[in-house]
Amino acid sequence: MKTNFLMLHTITRIVAFIILSFSVFLFFAGHNNPGGGFIGGLMTASALLLLYVSFDLKTIKRVIPFNYSTMIAVGLLIAIATGLNSFLFGDPFLTQYFEYYDLPVLGETELTTALPFDLGIYLVVVGVALLTILTIAEDDA
Amino acid sequence: MNNIVLLPVLIPFIMGVILILFRNSPSIQRFISAVTAFAMLAVSIYLTYIIYQNGITTVELGNWPAPFGIVLVGDLFAGLMLILASIVGVACLFFAFQTIHSEREKFYFYPFYFFLLTGVNGAFLTGDLFNLFVFFEVMLIASYVLIVIGGTKYQLRESFKYVVINIFASMFFIIGIAYLYSVTGTLNLAQLGERVGELEQTGVLNVVAILFLIVFGMKGALFPLYFWLPKSYYGPPAAIAALFGGLLTKVGIYAIIRSFTLIFTHNPDFTHNIILALAGFTMFFGVLGAVSQFDFKRILSYHIISQVGYMVMGLGLYTPLAIAGAIYYIAHHIIVKAALFLFAGATQKITGTTDLKKMSGLLKTHPALAWLFFIAAISLAGIPPLSGFFSKFALILSGIQEERYFIVFVSLLVGLLTLFSMMKIFVYVFWGKPSLSEEEVKKTKLAPLLWPVAPLVALSIIMGLAAEPIFSFSMEVAEQLLDPSLYINSVLKE
Repeated sequence: MKTNFLMLHTITRIVAFIILSFSVFLFFAGHNNPGGGFIGGLMTASALLLLYVSFDLKTIKRVIPFNYSTMIAVGLLIAIATGLNSFLFGDPFLTQYFEYYDLPVLGETELTTALPFDLGIYLVVVGVALLTILTIAEDDA
Repeated sequence: MNNIVLLPVLIPFIMGVILILFRNSPSIQRFISAVTAFAMLAVSIYLTYIIYQNGITTVELGNWPAPFGIVLVGDLFAGLMLILASIVGVACLFFAFQTIHSEREKFYFYPFYFFLLTGVNGAFLTGDLFNLFVFFEVMLIASYVLIVIGGTKYQLRESFKYVVINIFASMFFIIGIAYLYSVTGTLNLAQLGERVGELEQTGVLNVVAILFLIVFGMKGALFPLYFWLPKSYYGPPAAIAALFGGLLTKVGIYAIIRSFTLIFTHNPDFTHNIILALAGFTMFFGVLGAVSQFDFKRILSYHIISQVGYMVMGLGLYTPLAIAGAIYYIAHHIIVKAALFLFAGATQKITGTTDLKKMSGLLKTHPALAWLFFIAAISLAGIPPLSGFFSKFALILSGIQEERYFIVFVSLLVGLLTLFSMMKIFVYVFWGKPSLSEEEVKKTKLAPLLWPVAPLVALSIIMGLAAEPIFSFSMEVAEQLLDPSLYINSVLKE
């Protein structure tokens, strides 16, 4: 008999969205306030993990078809590329730049090179956390 | 301000990441890795040339000025180590192309190979103690993967010990860093050098110095903390063992030399005498291990230990000549030791074993291998005119000048025992009746196995024949090391 975790599934569907949106908030809070790529990534990973726990591996793999080791590589590349960016201006590696812009919806916004760097970190953290846990989870399957 | 100092760290890192993306296509991986290895070699030679021309070169990461930000500092010693690391990197990589199982290639062998080199190069270049810890960890984590990759029972058992001992050492490292920070209030190596000189509390600083000696001694396989080395270097395939044997312990030695010429120089009667005593014990017990073994790779692993002793002996004597000898010895050792491990790999591929008693008579069937090995072996033992002789000569000469006769005696005795155990290998493996049938001989092609090793042997010969210019270069490196104010001023720009 197949057990049907109705409560778990319903709540997971809602809670995962709340966690995911809060992780995006944390991610953008980044570099000047508490938050950033690392913690945002961890929180995203926890939301995805909740999905994996309450549904099963196969279902979620169909829904989220990412290859996490590729994700780690891409994240690292983004982070390094942000650092390399400063080579173009003749500054040392990892020098960061920021500027204030008037954007249509957001109003005055600070755009920094720390943000893509954080995005790289975010992808690496999500990739590492999920890859580790899923590798262990698949071990006895 | 020169970003080129960063390139030896960045190139392997970026290429390692890119290699992750190509994990399923070995031919592309091989092509990219070959190009990367040569690019690293070219960059490190160019960087050393720049350092040689313009003096110590630094880069402040993120444009945060030292001592607040992290600096990378390229001095001559670091430059030399970078060149050696990339030479070994190229040789082992090409050997790996011939010998590494394709299963290992799929499981991220090449990415971690380059992450390891990232860590090694970073440890050579960094000018910040905590950053040194970070690069040590990068190197160690990559080495955990490389040592266990393949997953045979022996590897799993030994790499578990390797991981435990290294985590333990890293913990001590952190504690040492914390102590030093609480005493001096800085972690920038240059500022540490400056402040430790100003402070007069030798008691606390001696404790910290010994703590760092324990940490680096554990990574660099000094007496009595070398017990992990022979077994864990025995497990992985020859290309990886050669890379480890040539490079990894030398990073520990590099850190010892760096910290005891730049930071802990205030009380040499205490610290450097301890180092000298450790050097003697390390040499002696290492070579005893080698004499007692009958396995190709194990003998070589024990020899790493005994030769680490020579390098540290140079530091313990603490004269320009002795340090120059130690540097020459490191250069000689990295190249020759990597070559010898690769020879072990080649004979293993031919005969299918590393047990000396099961091999014989390869001289008849594989003369090129035999004679190349012979050159590398007597170079290790220190027979003129090869590189091993001149480095030991400088060390022993300065030992006599300093009237440390006992350590001179020990090092000569160890040299003799080294010769004995290398000849033991030669006699067992290459003399006697050929044990292999003609079909078995034809089965493995020797030439592709020898190509990566031959340049290393050639380098050992060149380093011996051109001892004069290389030794004067080592003297310059040693003088730069013994004058910490050069390093301090170029980082802090006072």
